[in-house]
Amino acid sequence: MSDVMDTGAGRTARASAGPAARSTPGRRLRALARAELTLLARNRTAVFTALLVPLVLPFSVRPALDQLDLKGQGLNVGTVLLTAAIGFAFLFAVYTSLVSAFVSRREELVLKRLRTGEIGDPEILLGTALPSLCVGLAQCVIVAVGCGLLLDTGAPKAPLLAVAGVLLGLVLSAALAAVTAGITKTVESAQVTALPLMFVSMLGSGMAVPLETLPDRLADVCRFLPLSPAVRLVQGGWTGQLTGGQVLGTLAIALAWTAVAVFAVQRRFRWEPRH
Amino acid sequence: MATHDIHEHEHVIEVTDLHRVYGGGFEAVRGIGFQVGRGEVFALLGTNGAGKTSTVEVLEGLAPASSGRVRVLGHDPYAERGAVRPRTGVMLQEGGFPSELTVTETARMWAGCVSGARPEAEVLDQVGLGGRGAVRVKQLSGGERRRLDLALALLGDPEVLFLDEPTTGLDAEGRRATWELVRALRATGTTVLLTTHYLEEAENLADRLAIMREGRIAVTGTPADVTAAQPSRISFRLPDGYHLGDLPPLAALGVTGHEVEGRTVRLRTRELQRAATGLLTWAEGARVELGGLDVRSASLEEAFLGIAQQHRTDGGLGPAAHGAKSETAA
Repeated sequence: MSDVMDTGAGRTARASAGPAARSTPGRRLRALARAELTLLARNRTAVFTALLVPLVLPFSVRPALDQLDLKGQGLNVGTVLLTAAIGFAFLFAVYTSLVSAFVSRREELVLKRLRTGEIGDPEILLGTALPSLCVGLAQCVIVAVGCGLLLDTGAPKAPLLAVAGVLLGLVLSAALAAVTAGITKTVESAQVTALPLMFVSMLGSGMAVPLETLPDRLADVCRFLPLSPAVRLVQGGWTGQLTGGQVLGTLAIALAWTAVAVFAVQRRFRWEPRH
Repeated sequence: MATHDIHEHEHVIEVTDLHRVYGGGFEAVRGIGFQVGRGEVFALLGTNGAGKTSTVEVLEGLAPASSGRVRVLGHDPYAERGAVRPRTGVMLQEGGFPSELTVTETARMWAGCVSGARPEAEVLDQVGLGGRGAVRVKQLSGGERRRLDLALALLGDPEVLFLDEPTTGLDAEGRRATWELVRALRATGTTVLLTTHYLEEAENLADRLAIMREGRIAVTGTPADVTAAQPSRISFRLPDGYHLGDLPPLAALGVTGHEVEGRTVRLRTRELQRAATGLLTWAEGARVELGGLDVRSASLEEAFLGIAQQHRTDGGLGPAAHGAKSETAA
């Protein structure tokens, strides 16, 4: 360790910091996202959860799917598995991974330190979320291509809906992660506080169990759950079975949840540990 | 720099009647005011809970003032953060970095977030972390972490530097190195506002200082001014069989006050040489040994302790009485 500080040398003239060196949101986001990506890659548990679970879990429920009357609902095993895998990517690659990331940066006082600089609050949240969002997006693409090749799901019949569903699902998962982080005290307890949304989404948002196979009235209620619209858009994108009215209604629910989540983050997100 | 208006050259930091009240109604800062000129090092001292960090947080733009006026480089640091942040550097009392990143990765991340960032390696060298770039943050010692924090505060080559207890946790050598660094920064015109628990640090570094107590500034001035307001002290144990009355008349020695506690006598004087000579001449003549003899000129520590003591004796009074007393304390 070199102990002696270099007290004067190397100090640049301030005048040299011209407009070109000015910090911009794009530069700041890149810098933060790069650091977060490094951290993500160094966290084996997070890598495992984010990369493998969404790929493996859906296929483990396949035997159960064979019991269900999918044909009668205009579905096939391929589309159901594809939808499940994309839904799990929302939950595991983005949601749980980001709850841990937000809580751990807060408890390590990283968020507090960042807030003393030029970077703004929304940039801090977005920069932290970017790597997980990219992993989630990559998973969705891999799953879509993989299912197309191996399970004959083919290309989506309404690609725009599928894309909208994936993007809305990713954004909402990240926003919900920030909301959950606000009520989570430690990185350890994140495994508990993230559970409710995960269970509700797996069972009620059409991931593990297609909503079409639930009783009608229950399915109608479940369509209002946070991640249901995104999953429904993805599924509808592949089957091409959503009517214009259904699409608008689904988009409205998704946007309403996004607005609620953003509002909750603005009001409730905690930037430093509670003493 | 050419575009800065004249006003800024006078006062880089201006605080007028600042109050800060927390959510629960606790008033941490109760109407303080001071100015810091360009290139000046200003130290805020005070016991724990005196309101130092609450004040600095407002100056850093992390929290709004409850009332009063704060200007940094001519702008409101909270409402106009975009105008202020690119020109300030901050080192929090307790800030953090991801433990799994290396020192260089941390500095690179921070460099991407500040305007006019200097090369990371250069700044790490400046704080003595040049050889530690590949080490993960979690493996750094407490002192090294403080120095990394300081490096990040310096990355944007700030005009104004806020240092909240910059040397807490550093060993003596690290502390002196930080002092040297702060002096070098001042020489290049950087304005520094620091808080510290170490009176020696304030005495060594600060051009001016303020001692805070219960959210107010009790004393302010140059270290020499603040010290000069304090009396020098002599203390010793009276030999057995002697009483205070056996000493020469205290007023004739230039002693302005005294306390007796058991056999220990403490004298206060503004004429230390005269009082000490008189006392020692008497002891020589009476052939007595003054046990535990301690002769010390006024120091910042005396001033600080005086204010802290005042705090203790004020303890039983209501808030209104506190107010009246501390107003006259300066």
